[in-house]
Amino acid sequence: MKNLYEVRLSGSGGQGLITAGMIMGEAASVFDGKFAVQTQSYGPEARGGACKAELIISEKEVAYPKPVDADILLALSQQAYDQYKDDVKEDGVIIVDSSLVKYEKGKGVYPIPITQLAIDKVGLKVTANVVALGVISSLTGVVSYEALERALLSRIPPGTEEINKKALALGKTLEFKDNI
Amino acid sequence: MLFYKLYKDADGRKVGFVQGNEACVEAALLAGMRFFAGYPITPSSEIAAVSAEKLPMLGGRFIQMEDEISSMGAIIGGSMTGKKTMTATSGPGFSLKQENLGYAIINEVPCVIVNVQRGGPSTGLPTQIAQADVMQARWGTHGDHPIIAISPASVSQVVTSTIRAFNLAEKYRTPVILLMDETLGHMREKIVLPREDEIELIDRKQTEDTPEEFKPFATKHGDVPLFAPYGKGYRYNITGLIHDEAGFPTTKTDEVVSLLDRLHSKINDNLDDIVEVCEFQTEDADTLLVSFGSATRSCISAMEKGRAEGKKIGVLQLLTVWPFAEKQIVKLTEKIKNVFVVEMNMGQIIGEVSRCSHRDAVVTGINKYNGIYITPQEILEKVKESR
Repeated sequence: MKNLYEVRLSGSGGQGLITAGMIMGEAASVFDGKFAVQTQSYGPEARGGACKAELIISEKEVAYPKPVDADILLALSQQAYDQYKDDVKEDGVIIVDSSLVKYEKGKGVYPIPITQLAIDKVGLKVTANVVALGVISSLTGVVSYEALERALLSRIPPGTEEINKKALALGKTLEFKDNI
Repeated sequence: MLFYKLYKDADGRKVGFVQGNEACVEAALLAGMRFFAGYPITPSSEIAAVSAEKLPMLGGRFIQMEDEISSMGAIIGGSMTGKKTMTATSGPGFSLKQENLGYAIINEVPCVIVNVQRGGPSTGLPTQIAQADVMQARWGTHGDHPIIAISPASVSQVVTSTIRAFNLAEKYRTPVILLMDETLGHMREKIVLPREDEIELIDRKQTEDTPEEFKPFATKHGDVPLFAPYGKGYRYNITGLIHDEAGFPTTKTDEVVSLLDRLHSKINDNLDDIVEVCEFQTEDADTLLVSFGSATRSCISAMEKGRAEGKKIGVLQLLTVWPFAEKQIVKLTEKIKNVFVVEMNMGQIIGEVSRCSHRDAVVTGINKYNGIYITPQEILEKVKESR
């Protein structure tokens, strides 16, 4: 475990990345007892435009609030992958949605068909952001699964608890391989 | 609809992972805000949205006005009935509030005006950061007047600063400006809200005079007149014109001077109470970064990086931007001669820092105004360049 993680969740508007960032930050700061700062940027479009949520999760108070080179990059669109894949640390990980993105294989690059898994295994495409959170937790440990589940359940519409839990838990069942 | 949730911790305090804008409303409600009038504008809109959602639950009122001019008028009227009131806006709306801001100053109406700064002039850069309204906060409304402006750097500081803004407004019967910025307004961090028994709240002092003997601007109790709420049997006049103790217009020279002097002295005689700064590692520093608002955070990171390379950098955050921290700058520049003023504008507060600095101090501006948040690397490079 590192003392400080710079995390970039990137993709298109409508994929739930800001929500994922809020859940992750709340899990880390309110339930895991760490320090977290989340910032975001998006274009004027509500859907389809480039979108990212950025977090710094640290054992101590965070001054400068924005990531420079990421320890963890999540890329859910081709545009996001192309734009941010080079701003990752040497020992950082890239989690790329292999059902949507053409990527270069390499050390630390983990292709996972996140959106396809949300459709096939969860039965609901819009849970891809939650599947991604489960994957990040299982692969990196930056935020605990228990904390993520608590934060997730407090932010979702009533009646969607079971499907969201299922989406989050998917990450625990996957095997992670890089350089493939 | 709210996009955050507050939880109770083991000590009964509410905690949450919230935006600066959301934290501002939570703190305002704790401070006693019961009326908000506004006209939503990016990047401040969440303040209006959360106020609309939460105020009715506490017996308060929210009103969306037709524009910023009337919003400012509404919070003045609300305050004159005895309620604690607030409005929130950004640069273009702040411009429109200036006339009524002067009206609130001359009539000594407690209220809080939040300006979540974005790039300007005019509609400028709606979704991007700037800190270019510092001088507008000071001199945007015309005439000689004092002003209090507070500029927090973190979501936690938004909580303490908002409560403080209401307290200062009530204590000195004056509008207080909370000067935020786009990055801080939209940034999420964990906050721990104080319990009600942990907050010191100040309420404006009420008159004990009868309606017949009451004078709204009487000075017999000191520089801050005692208040009587409209709607409780006290009938009196307030006006934007220079007025006497009874509130009626006057051009008598001694009354003109005495009102203007008192408006200033009630603030300027209490600088130790009003002016608050935060110092970071200034004890052994030979280089000082002076900043305010969210730019302070980059300065602190630059200081940490610089110190790792052996550079003795310290940081001064002007938590109270106005009145200016003259005494603190004088004292620090007696020993630190290498001074940088970091602000996300083309150079505004640097004029004040230069004016107050020791004559041997070299004061240099580090400015960024392209809509993008300044980085620690950019600050350190400028510090190294100038040597």
